[in-house]
Amino acid sequence: MKAILLLSGLGIIALFAELFRFRKALYPIVILGLLGTIATAVSYWWYDDGEYNKYFAGMIDFQGSAVVLSVIILSVALLWFVMSANYLRTQTSETDHTALVLFALVGALILTCYTNLTMLFLGVEILSIPLYVLAGSRKNDLGSNESAFKYFILGAFASAFLLFGIALVFGATGSFDNLSIAVFVEANKATLPAFFYGGVVLMMIGLLFKISAAPFHFWAPDVYQGAPTVYTAFMSTVVKTAAIVAIARVFISPVFGTVSEFWVPIMGVCVGLTFVIGNFSAAVQTSVKRMLAFSSISHAGFLLLAVVAATSFSAKSIIFYTVAYSVASLVAFSVLLNIIRITGSDDVESFNGLGKKSPLLATVMTIALLSLAGIPPTAGFFAKYYVLTAAFSSDHYWLAIIGILGSLVGVYYYFRIIIAMYFREAKEGVEYSVDAQHQALMFVTAVATIVIGLLPDLILSIGTPAAVVAETLQK
Amino acid sequence: MITALLIGLPLVAALLLLFTNGEGAKRIAFVASLAELGLALFAFYLLRTSPHDEHLTSQMTMNVPWITSIGVDFNIAMDGISMVLVLLTAFLVPVIILSGFEKKHDNPSLFHALVMFMQMALVGVFVARDGFLFYVFWELALIPIYFICLLWGGENRGKITFKFFVYTLAGSLFMLAALIVLYLNTPVGLSGTHSFNIVALYDAGQNVLSETEQSLVFWGMFLAFAIKMPVFPFHTWQPDTYVTAPTQGTMLLSGIMLKMGTYGLIRWLLPMTPGALETWGPVVIALSVISVVYASALALAQKDFKRLIAYSSIAHVGLISAGILAFSTKTGTTEGITGAMIQMFAHGVNVVGLFFIAEIVLNKTGTREINELGGIRNVSPQFATLFLIVLLGSVALPLTNGFVGEFLLINGVYQYSIWAAAIAGLTVILGAVYMLRSYQAVMLGETNKVTAGFAALTTNEKAVLFIVCAAVIAFGVYPKPLLDIMQNDVNALASMITESVKP
Repeated sequence: MKAILLLSGLGIIALFAELFRFRKALYPIVILGLLGTIATAVSYWWYDDGEYNKYFAGMIDFQGSAVVLSVIILSVALLWFVMSANYLRTQTSETDHTALVLFALVGALILTCYTNLTMLFLGVEILSIPLYVLAGSRKNDLGSNESAFKYFILGAFASAFLLFGIALVFGATGSFDNLSIAVFVEANKATLPAFFYGGVVLMMIGLLFKISAAPFHFWAPDVYQGAPTVYTAFMSTVVKTAAIVAIARVFISPVFGTVSEFWVPIMGVCVGLTFVIGNFSAAVQTSVKRMLAFSSISHAGFLLLAVVAATSFSAKSIIFYTVAYSVASLVAFSVLLNIIRITGSDDVESFNGLGKKSPLLATVMTIALLSLAGIPPTAGFFAKYYVLTAAFSSDHYWLAIIGILGSLVGVYYYFRIIIAMYFREAKEGVEYSVDAQHQALMFVTAVATIVIGLLPDLILSIGTPAAVVAETLQK
Repeated sequence: MITALLIGLPLVAALLLLFTNGEGAKRIAFVASLAELGLALFAFYLLRTSPHDEHLTSQMTMNVPWITSIGVDFNIAMDGISMVLVLLTAFLVPVIILSGFEKKHDNPSLFHALVMFMQMALVGVFVARDGFLFYVFWELALIPIYFICLLWGGENRGKITFKFFVYTLAGSLFMLAALIVLYLNTPVGLSGTHSFNIVALYDAGQNVLSETEQSLVFWGMFLAFAIKMPVFPFHTWQPDTYVTAPTQGTMLLSGIMLKMGTYGLIRWLLPMTPGALETWGPVVIALSVISVVYASALALAQKDFKRLIAYSSIAHVGLISAGILAFSTKTGTTEGITGAMIQMFAHGVNVVGLFFIAEIVLNKTGTREINELGGIRNVSPQFATLFLIVLLGSVALPLTNGFVGEFLLINGVYQYSIWAAAIAGLTVILGAVYMLRSYQAVMLGETNKVTAGFAALTTNEKAVLFIVCAAVIAFGVYPKPLLDIMQNDVNALASMITESVKP
């Protein structure tokens, strides 16, 4: 819980940086602050006994899976700051950007630990509103404006759906509290009014929108492409993780878990559509940024497949998948950032001949793409394996097969970049230089991708009782 | 321990090679692969002299927990069946590296690092006794060969290697699905998880799965193996890839990598789903036999020599596949499997020789078009002799290595069905026709403008061809060591499968 306070404080400090002229020191402050927040969050791992972890009159409960997932989110955010430092420094409103990102992180943390539907709504809003602003932060760029506008309008709709859904669920059960709802639903399963199910569907729509699952994904490609690349990276890592946690905490826990036979078929259809639409749309893109946007839709499909499977494997596979996917995405986006800086374009062709011109960029990009495509020995393979096991063990054979076929299409578009890097010739006279900070970041994340892939137990058995994590997610 | 060393040595060599520069990489890789061959021969010697020694068994196996949370172990072991293929790998890799000694590679250290990396994965596939580990090695073998073909391949390699990659990956993913289904049907052990141990998977496949599930698992696995070999109608990636890949890549693909598929049939498919084999046996044998005839017919029509060898490889491997799948739980005959093992070794040696010959012809004349060539024998009789020996091995003349395997294979298929054997037997006749015809066109007849300048063989070329020819004759005259080392294990495997279906 203190992590949330610390993070909010950090955001406020960032706001004052301009005023009190310590702008230059902001970056180290943020990095140290985030490290401190991670340490605080980790310290909660050893307290899982009641009141200490609860806050806001029990509306959030910071323990078990919440600790693990918030540490994941914060670590990814830390890496994100390292990646984006150069970009932020060039912005006139650097301090505002930093503060907004930190506030968005607060929202993400709330989503990992909420035990009350009002906190769910607050978390979603705290996460989304800074992002609407950040997506449009390149004020003079038409694409950025379009991105922010689309994101805001459609996001507002989704929030309304979510809120209406929460209201209906409240109307049917008389409570916002997860546990009370779960108890009520369990006891009165046979006599629940139809509008309760309406509420469940509306909440699902609102949350599926946030994670950009089909058929509620239409905003994603334009928003991802129009927004400044660093924020695209933020959206497809931190935001995606937070959104899947938000979904998991209501849908695979007893809150709606007891009526799973109602929503599983609906979400199952969405997962199938997500695989098909995400992958096939990604396959026809020529802009790498847009391709990554569509591919993040298909990854959302895998994350949701774990939710749909709703077995003992689900929680762990979500945790593993978010780590593997976020790390690989960060690598891919930092390479993309450099490519855009060097060649001025995010087209597949701008990767031509990278294998010869800059072996470092090409190698780490290859590792990232292999991981995204799910090929051993990278982390992405194990993530996919784990989700597929969850799907097979709950007899969702068809969704698993569609997922498998989808990842084959995935290989097509990821490998287009690999082929461009190693097979085609580069334009002459372009200088490929990467600064030390990015080099270090890429090296660390690429090595992590392989190490996690070879030793998945590192993640799966965080703090020995991985089973505890699984339990608390399902509580 | 020895088995682990066999995997570790090429891996260390590959990593070291990444830090070298220039042409020296070839020599380092060659020395490393010779060391690996020495190690493999040592393992062979141990296995042969004391096959039932428990101390030795524990030396050859290694089983340490890897991913404990899902019951995956780093479980490797060596028996006769694995040994033959490990030996093949260890024998061919130095030959393949040697064959490129005179070639100028762009970035030789990376090339040889990939070759050594691939050797690591191939040995891993042949010794893995854990489903997950097997799958990881299986996929690991694909990555280096993909990059070898993409970086050093010929014209249009982007598209063709991509097709190759997607095809094989598609197969692998279905195998993964099949393995997961098997895994979920294994009992939950003391550690609280299911198990990927091969014995547990065997048991799940034989006793737990329903008939439909067994069929699904059977097809999931068959698809992966059939694409890798390849068997009709999953072969369309193969000719283009073999032709486009750099010759050393083609050698790796055809000499060793396709054996992953045939080995998979023996070790993973037959024991896992014996029931489904009874049901689907006729279908898959029909596919194998069709690929024999179809590929032979296409080989007859080829004008490009390298492409002709590619099709002949499909024909040979079709017969191997038919021989393995002809195994019947009712009779428990092992001729097919034994023959397949021998033929895998022989085919590996022969096809590497043939592709090297195609490479020599291309280098010295500038073309692989059979019709443009002719009369090379007049210019280089030595080359003609060596070519003839490899060719005779390939058409399975008695006293060459191809004969033993092919004889046993057709014998195995014959016991299954006379008709299948009759049709599959065509491979011998058709093989002789297209190989001898191409020999005639390339080597005999009048020397023409293209072939008149055929330079004498270099020492390096001679060395490679001598090694290959020696192997062709040696294993033709005296195949006993290979037969001996695996016979017990093949029998054990066969009786294990037959036991499992008895009520």
